[in-house]
Amino acid sequence: MTEVLAVELTELVKTYRRAAGASGAGQARPRYLKAGAAQAPAGSPAPSRRGRSRGRARAAHDAHDRVPDDTTKRDEGIPPPTEVRAVDGLSLGVSAGSVTAVLGPNGAGKTTTIEICEGFRSADSGGVRVLGLHPVRDAAALRPRVGVMLQAGGMYPGARAGEMLRLIAAHHAHPLDTGALMERLGLAEVAGTPFRRLSGGQQQRLSLAMAVVGRPELVFLDEPTAGLDVQGRRDTWELIEELRLSGVTVVLTTHAMDEAERLADQVVIVNRGRVVAAGSPAELTRGGAEGQLRFRAPGGLDVARLLLALPDGTTGWENPPGHYLVQGTVDPQLLAAVTAWCASNGVLAEDLRVEQRTLEDVFLDLTGTELE
Amino acid sequence: MSVIEATPAPVLDLRPAPGAASRGRMLAAQTRLELTLTLRRGESVLLTLIIPIGLLVFFAAVDVLPTSQAAQRSVDFLVPGVLALAVMSTAFTGQAIATGFERSYGVLKRLGASPLPRSILLAGKTLAVLAVEIVQLVLLVAVGFAVGWEPHGSAAGAGWVVLLVLLGTAAFSGLGLLMAGTLRAEATLAAANGVYLLLLLIGGVVFPLEELPGWMRVVAEGLPTAALSDGLRAVLAEGAGPGAGNLIVLAAWSVGALGLAARFFRWE
Repeated sequence: MTEVLAVELTELVKTYRRAAGASGAGQARPRYLKAGAAQAPAGSPAPSRRGRSRGRARAAHDAHDRVPDDTTKRDEGIPPPTEVRAVDGLSLGVSAGSVTAVLGPNGAGKTTTIEICEGFRSADSGGVRVLGLHPVRDAAALRPRVGVMLQAGGMYPGARAGEMLRLIAAHHAHPLDTGALMERLGLAEVAGTPFRRLSGGQQQRLSLAMAVVGRPELVFLDEPTAGLDVQGRRDTWELIEELRLSGVTVVLTTHAMDEAERLADQVVIVNRGRVVAAGSPAELTRGGAEGQLRFRAPGGLDVARLLLALPDGTTGWENPPGHYLVQGTVDPQLLAAVTAWCASNGVLAEDLRVEQRTLEDVFLDLTGTELE
Repeated sequence: MSVIEATPAPVLDLRPAPGAASRGRMLAAQTRLELTLTLRRGESVLLTLIIPIGLLVFFAAVDVLPTSQAAQRSVDFLVPGVLALAVMSTAFTGQAIATGFERSYGVLKRLGASPLPRSILLAGKTLAVLAVEIVQLVLLVAVGFAVGWEPHGSAAGAGWVVLLVLLGTAAFSGLGLLMAGTLRAEATLAAANGVYLLLLLIGGVVFPLEELPGWMRVVAEGLPTAALSDGLRAVLAEGAGPGAGNLIVLAAWSVGALGLAARFFRWE
């Protein structure tokens, strides 16, 4: 498989003021209980979800951070308040015919990265090769081969949906049949509707149609399903799957875990302008804590003592009261140890279940941020 | 990928077949859409057709305007001025407003990602402007004749009119694109309308420049509207040449405005 996209960005500084209250990287030392930490005070307050996850992020970060050839040697300090490094040491490679999902919280640098690949902006340092070409210098050669879906807009406000799609089709040598494409994306009934009167979802689908109508080799889709209803999401997913089967390389950004999990061969998790993890969904969910165990029991159990009975590296807490979560290498021994400890303390563990880590858990670990 | 054969026959053949269309096809598609959108916008039809025709009919019927010495009858004075106004409304006001909104809606950004070269995008806009101007000129000349207009001049006069209109279009397009490419869309909307009204009043369109106070007249004579209306009036009302001064003013505005627009236009 050939590499169709190689991104090696070391710096792109957006100079705007940080929002007040935005926190710098990893302060707040997390308060959670760890097996082996015997002196943890009993009944210490349940950690907030955010504080907890940031602590986990540090451990998981080391396990997951596989940024290849990170050329940035800059100190990990917090940037000065007026600068936000939108892309700061980000590299990723995409092979032909694959689907890559770039995942990250708002402001992580997803759109910035995509727009650098599309040639809309340049990084201050670092290099990007798209289909082996330079996105700005070789723009004329690249544009026929690359399809672009912007996050919003991009259409004449007064143009009808069909007119807009036919215009883009007319820029290409072998375009798709615009009628069939609109039919396929559920836009046939609104072909005569002006862009500004389309619903948000219809605008999204039209924008997707515009990205693929020229039969490109590579498409960049910036949040292709944001704001879509169930049917719209399904139509979009099916089209992306079919693009992949047809040999088109797809790079998309998303907030939606299920979308990345279902569509992507490769998931790239971006946070604060850096790649914090990359791999297939299976690889990402396998690493680190391999699973978790949940049960309900009367509130106020001494979790620190429970953890002492469990293998090193196992963590756990009670939140909300009466609900317990144990994370670590979930194997029959762990399960047995938990139930044995409960039995010896005369506690009935109810609703006990073993859960697989989802991409969402991985994301939370790595970024300390929940997706909306 | 060998999976392709295993796929059920898709309705759409999505397999890559990239390539840019011929420049001619892109230009035709771009021009046609620009023209369609211009004619579809009610406010642009009002600006480019209804207001100029209305002014012509109104002032020809109601003889309230002071007449220039050059043209004895007010209609002979009015028609060239209104023709200049028509060129200004299409090439400057209409184009500035439309392009400003296209920029703010990300149209120009999106088109920048398609194989369409920017030169063809601009050529499409220019052709659409020229097509609207032809419609305007035909209608205004017809209405002019209907209200008793008697142009002077010869076959050479037609050539001068074409040259003046082309130079005026270049100057006004440059100004319109400069405004649209540097200001916010809302600011462009306000400024383009304000400038339109100002140039309507002091551009020699309906009031002769001789009626203006001395300092204002000096300023007005340097403006492209006055140069265009004065040149057209010299050709059509007096059967003379357009005047070297008018041609120089229009050429200077063309070069200056198009050069600044090329330098400062921001596509996003």
